[in-house]
Amino acid sequence: MTTPLVARLRERLRPDQVRDGAAEVNLYRRDASNLSGHPAVVCFAETTDDVTAIVQVANEFGVPFVPRGSGTGLAGGAVPSSGSIVISTSKMNRIISVDHVNRLAWVEPGVLNLDLSKQIAHLGVHFAPDPSSQQTCSIGGNVANNSGGPHCLADGVTSAHILGLEVVLPDGSVAMLGGEEPEPYGYDLRGAFVGSEGMFGVATKVCVKLMQNPPDVATMLLDFSDVADGAQLVSDIIADGIVPAAVEMMDQLCLQAVEQFIHAGLPVDQAAALLIEVVGLPATVASQIERIRVLASKRDVGTIRVAADDAERALLWKGRKSAFGAIARIKPNYYLHDTVVPRHRLPEVLAQVYEIAARHELLVLNVFHAGDGNLHPLLVYDAREPGASERVHAAGDEIVRVSVAAGGVLSGEHGIGLEKRDLMPLMFSDVDLAAQADLRRAFDPEGLSNPDKVLPSPAGCGDIHSVPAGAWV
Amino acid sequence: MAAFADEVGDTGPVTVTGLGTRGGPVDGVRVVTAPSGIEWIQPAEMTICCGAGTPVTDVAAALAEHGQCIAVPAGGTIGGALAVGHSGIRRLGWGPVRDTLLQAHYVSAAGEVVKAGGPTVKNVSGFDLCRLLVGSRGTLGLLADVILRTRPLPEDERWFTSERDPWELLERLYRPTSMLWDGRTTWILLDGHADDVATQVRLGALTPADGPPELPGHRWSLHPSELRSLADASTPFVAEIGVGIVHHSQSRPGPAIDSTVRALHDRIKHEFDPTGRLNPGVDVLSDS
Repeated sequence: MTTPLVARLRERLRPDQVRDGAAEVNLYRRDASNLSGHPAVVCFAETTDDVTAIVQVANEFGVPFVPRGSGTGLAGGAVPSSGSIVISTSKMNRIISVDHVNRLAWVEPGVLNLDLSKQIAHLGVHFAPDPSSQQTCSIGGNVANNSGGPHCLADGVTSAHILGLEVVLPDGSVAMLGGEEPEPYGYDLRGAFVGSEGMFGVATKVCVKLMQNPPDVATMLLDFSDVADGAQLVSDIIADGIVPAAVEMMDQLCLQAVEQFIHAGLPVDQAAALLIEVVGLPATVASQIERIRVLASKRDVGTIRVAADDAERALLWKGRKSAFGAIARIKPNYYLHDTVVPRHRLPEVLAQVYEIAARHELLVLNVFHAGDGNLHPLLVYDAREPGASERVHAAGDEIVRVSVAAGGVLSGEHGIGLEKRDLMPLMFSDVDLAAQADLRRAFDPEGLSNPDKVLPSPAGCGDIHSVPAGAWV
Repeated sequence: MAAFADEVGDTGPVTVTGLGTRGGPVDGVRVVTAPSGIEWIQPAEMTICCGAGTPVTDVAAALAEHGQCIAVPAGGTIGGALAVGHSGIRRLGWGPVRDTLLQAHYVSAAGEVVKAGGPTVKNVSGFDLCRLLVGSRGTLGLLADVILRTRPLPEDERWFTSERDPWELLERLYRPTSMLWDGRTTWILLDGHADDVATQVRLGALTPADGPPELPGHRWSLHPSELRSLADASTPFVAEIGVGIVHHSQSRPGPAIDSTVRALHDRIKHEFDPTGRLNPGVDVLSDS
């Protein structure tokens, strides 16, 4: 039976853009986290007007709506609340214009991250943020989560690459936040919107900054018999004034899993390896490689392998990016964490991560953005084993706590969503959180845009705001 | 910081001042000044923590000892530079000033100390209040102390000029730090390994220069693609190619503010400062 909400949406959009069949709606119950919700209907917007129409209907009926890109988020940010309207932007996937000389482009939010860089590669430019999910994640999703990636070390995360946004605000009005001009009047609403996890409205057009492709690239793999030496080297490099394009670390378990998968000749007998990429003009790249060699020799480095050509470079990166696929050979399930610690605390926090995992009788693989201290401990387990999920949650909770205690933060690039919502008080006082709630209220006075994410609910609101089963608390 | 919060209090109009280089406090309103001094520098984190009242020159000097610097324009205090939010002429290579602020403690209109952001170079925990504060001209909260991202001091920074088309240079040169154009001559700032600089100089047929041109006093903000139309301007200007800032000899035309954007600003101001006590009379959507 068609509900009045669905009937109204079908009046405002073409009927085929509005799907309420159980099978189809079920596909949109979850994102890439292990949380799920119960949306009422899924709408496929094709234009800004479509998004406006859907948001107006949401306001008419007083039901929440959830913007959704590719659904690759890991923190439950796109998990729909009960009875909500999912607004899929996947059909808004046009590259509107590219100005490669002034290095900016306007795109629709459903454009996939890697598609953008591929389609403009011949112009000698690219979009810098490169999450591991870049083949499938959307630019709109990157905006919502302020996404990162290995190459954000030197050039910054998504916020540094978004110049302007056309958004449909939660009341259905359309506003331009920021834009091509560098210093528009007023508050940096663009900056406030990026990373707002769908709670400030729906981005419908995005003006992205493009970066020049580097003339020279060197990719090197350095291995260590002690994880701490590799971790220390990261700080040494930065303190020496070198900011590589990327500094990634893989520990032994990860190296072994990946090597079985891709046969790249990875140093499987070593405790850890660093994948370092330096880019720029040739003399700069050459001198930075030499400086890194010297620094590494003081940290007891094993082998230093510099990729001889593009094929070898691609293979090394494939190793890094296949980690999540490779671990399926070890155990059927994994839980991926995302915290940041100051770089100089990496050795001790890594030691704590291993200790926590061992105490909970879990396997942990570490494959992460060492350059900016962004840890990604991967707890692998078999959910069919009694008590395994509980141990994974307990261990994960401890990892988050030790990261924050070491002067770190809750999330480096995955966001808070539902997963870490109730851990926000580890970092923020009630007063701090109230200020964030103020900003949310200014954008969305009625609280209809992706409610119940990011901000912990005030005590005493009962079950309605509690985190769903399986969530990270 | 607690003393600063007490000084701000929770009632009555209040205005903040640093060194007065960016317009100074609001007239006729009780004036407060933010804490000053560097709390720590962590070179391996590329971060610095300091009071908002710390002079930019003090921060620059202290960081230089560690071979680092910050993308905050010279002059006045750190808090003033952030509150105004204007970037320096190295924005093309160094990025905007808003990207330097990692964490801030500010005193709210209620006189409470609020933390925004976090201490690490990468952080997406919660909404980005730091971006909101940069350029807010003290209308949402008064900065008390900040953690800033630093960067390596440039190696052998040198200015050049060229008479070639600046967009041709922008396309050919690799990541120049700055490109300034007065309609005729282009000034280019390069740094890095001497061999690379030499290659770039040949590529762009660049001539060594003593420094950047003098910048006219008014500041316009245009689409970077609109700068070319300035070539016909009859009044002096210096445009930041690839960025869109124009240092102009005439004052900036008033903005046309969309009513939706105005309403959103009003709601934000109302949430953060319901009685309008912080820097009263300052309207971020105009030059007043």
